[in-house]
Amino acid sequence: MNTPSLLLDGLPVPFSVGQTIMEAATAAGIFIPHLCHHPDFKPQGSCKLCTVKANGRYVSACTMPAKDGMEVENNSPDLNDKRRTLLQMLFVEGNHFCPSCEKSGDCLLQALAYELEMLTAHFPQFYPDRPVDASHPEVLLDFNRCILCELCVRASRDVDGKNVFALSGRGIGKHLIVNAESGRLADTGFALADKAAHVCPVGVILAKRRGFLQPIGCRRYDRQPIAMQPARPLASGGNGPES
Amino acid sequence: MADECFDATAVAALLQPIVERHRRDPLRLLQILREAQEVFGYLPRTALTAIADAVELPRARVEGVAGFYSFLHLKPVGRYRILFSDHVTDRMLGSVELMDRLCNRLWIERGKVSEDGLVSVDTTSCTGMCDQGPALLVGGRPLTRLSAERIDRISELVRAQVAVSDWPEEWFLVADNIRRRDVLLASAATPGEALRAAVARGREQLLHELKRSNLRGRGGAGFTTHTKWETARRAPCGDPQGGRYLVCNADEGEPGTFKDRVLLASHADLVFDGMSVAAFAIGAGQGLLYLRGEYAWLLPALHEKLARRRRNGLLGVAVCGQEDWNFDIDIHLGAGAYVCGEETALLESLEGRRGVPRIRPPYPAQQGYRGQPTVVNNVETLCKAALIALRGGDWFAGLGSKQSTGTKLLSIAGDVESPGVYEYPFGVSIDQVLHDCGAGNAQAVQVGGPSGSCLALHEFSRRIAFEDVPTAGAFTVFGAHRDLFEVARNFAHFFAHESCGFCTPCRVGTTLVANCMDKIARGDGSQYDINEIFRIHRLLHAASHCGLGQTACNPLFDTLNKFRPAYERRLRSLDFAPAFDLDQSLSIARQMTGRDDPAAHFGPAAGVQRAER
Repeated sequence: MNTPSLLLDGLPVPFSVGQTIMEAATAAGIFIPHLCHHPDFKPQGSCKLCTVKANGRYVSACTMPAKDGMEVENNSPDLNDKRRTLLQMLFVEGNHFCPSCEKSGDCLLQALAYELEMLTAHFPQFYPDRPVDASHPEVLLDFNRCILCELCVRASRDVDGKNVFALSGRGIGKHLIVNAESGRLADTGFALADKAAHVCPVGVILAKRRGFLQPIGCRRYDRQPIAMQPARPLASGGNGPES
Repeated sequence: MADECFDATAVAALLQPIVERHRRDPLRLLQILREAQEVFGYLPRTALTAIADAVELPRARVEGVAGFYSFLHLKPVGRYRILFSDHVTDRMLGSVELMDRLCNRLWIERGKVSEDGLVSVDTTSCTGMCDQGPALLVGGRPLTRLSAERIDRISELVRAQVAVSDWPEEWFLVADNIRRRDVLLASAATPGEALRAAVARGREQLLHELKRSNLRGRGGAGFTTHTKWETARRAPCGDPQGGRYLVCNADEGEPGTFKDRVLLASHADLVFDGMSVAAFAIGAGQGLLYLRGEYAWLLPALHEKLARRRRNGLLGVAVCGQEDWNFDIDIHLGAGAYVCGEETALLESLEGRRGVPRIRPPYPAQQGYRGQPTVVNNVETLCKAALIALRGGDWFAGLGSKQSTGTKLLSIAGDVESPGVYEYPFGVSIDQVLHDCGAGNAQAVQVGGPSGSCLALHEFSRRIAFEDVPTAGAFTVFGAHRDLFEVARNFAHFFAHESCGFCTPCRVGTTLVANCMDKIARGDGSQYDINEIFRIHRLLHAASHCGLGQTACNPLFDTLNKFRPAYERRLRSLDFAPAFDLDQSLSIARQMTGRDDPAAHFGPAAGVQRAER
């Protein structure tokens, strides 16, 4: 029997049964924009950046199983326009000031905004009030930048076995919380060595005393646009112990 | 903070009987949280910690669940918690003015607890009392037909700290208001009759009858019931311990619908019969009825009915003499979350989690409650299934239209003489319904609630049917004097409030749209804002995770297309220059006819010409 394959923007892409559209594309070296997806974790499908058109229907590439002969539209003006709008929504929902952010140049949100040529935030800013949590001796939590991708939630639960993070609230009031009656990270079992400390695609979870170790201009997405880079292993850049 | 009042040891002691009653089962977390709140008035931090310890869940998970549902509170809300139903029909009956009146009388601000911690007043999504509004919930009990006099009496009772149970009983009366009966509402089946008929037919024949009936789900989506049942019946059980499950979706949250409330209040045995029939067909051992939190007041009567069915051998071991079939029904209460009407969000909620819709596939019929094959059916669908068990598939298929067999219950409210529940065979025209309910001057009907469609006068000849105007049952009529912009604005806020927040487009988009509508309402809008609404509508329709987001902008889309002036008269500037100039396009005609008089001009140019003369 032939290897099953799908057509991604007209290109045949082989896949093995059980793979999602995202996994098939990544294996073939084709970039589909994404934020909450991470190859090490169970797909979640919440950011919707990876929305593609499969056989004429809008679906999330990270959760939709690939099917033989499926025709997938990815890099099209319509989809990129929708993705740009989603990015703009994320930018106005939180407080994202790239020039003063420690993650600038290592940030997936910023890299995608460049990639998709997002020039302004377009929508009125929400300016939510999200106090930072500096209680932990090793790690700072800056909730202003949280995009609710749940990667830290998944890493702490599935890899670290600690369940340090969770989501509370609903709708536009949804927010990240930590596992302590005091609500402070210092009162959880969180440690800098946790996987969860190194999966944040934006600048929420930051190691203390490492700020700007790697100069701006020499960082991951400063060197090469995201779509040109090989499949992303980890989102951690300058700010993390491995770097 | 008031948190200090509760020390950990005292809290644990108070929670002990609750968690024990629920066998420390983490799947029952939502029920535990609801009951804990009844003890403390809200959910203090210490209580969340104690509950997390008892059910062995991470504390943050418990807090996350408590933070999701509107009826669970992480901060004190006052000993009297008064929630005004905020559906557009309540507003049309003056609920906003009544709420202001109550707030003034009690010297409080909406949404804030009085300084003595006695009372808070706020709004909540439609409470399913549209035919007898304006309505409110006090301590979880519905109070209907509000009036200024009644509001004044309420403020006196609250200030005198009279217990809600001692308030006049007639205030809490909920009428059925059944206005038109057809096969379902006229059914005189005795408790257990449909189940015995199903058992007498046997599984195969029952499924065959269901197939012939072509029954489709009454919750709105219209999926073929037989396909669901057959899939669940054939799907392998992953866990040999767990069997199949039958879930009755009584989370009737679509604003404007209340027919399930009437079925549960006055035809509960038919609902339970339908559940038992479905369970028998798929081989389920456990039935779960998910009752929306707003209907918690129905609980005692429903429990009594279940107890009687157990006594009569209609539930329990070897039901109806079937040696190999044990079946019982449990009731779970929701806690104020419209999204839980979506069947996979409902399953998450049943399992004690945040009501976030699951990724599909797998579908519930393959992997549903606890990962087992599960059928989720609407209350009305199950009643219809009971009737089919009694009278056969061909009989049912003879009613309604070919693609939409049987009858449909409509919840009719708004500008009509006789609001209430009407049962019609599918295929009835909007005109006919409007005539029957006494809607003399309707300019629009919202069919199927905010996520359905808004029909204008020229569409009143259309028919209620899956193939024409599908509906979950809401039928809200707006008279000629109503402002459709305000209707749409109410719906926009509803969706922003009820978005679960899981996916980006719905979480952010519904709030952006609600803000946009507020801007237009203030008189600060322009054509630009209308373009923005269309743009967000297209994105939500394409990229949202579930039906809530996909349909969230429907009411705006419909009213913008059909009632544009309601928007445009509010705009600061139209800010819109058409690509062609009507007057200019007549210039050739003028040249050819040799005319240049005012009658040969359009728009301002006609006036200019006149002035020149």
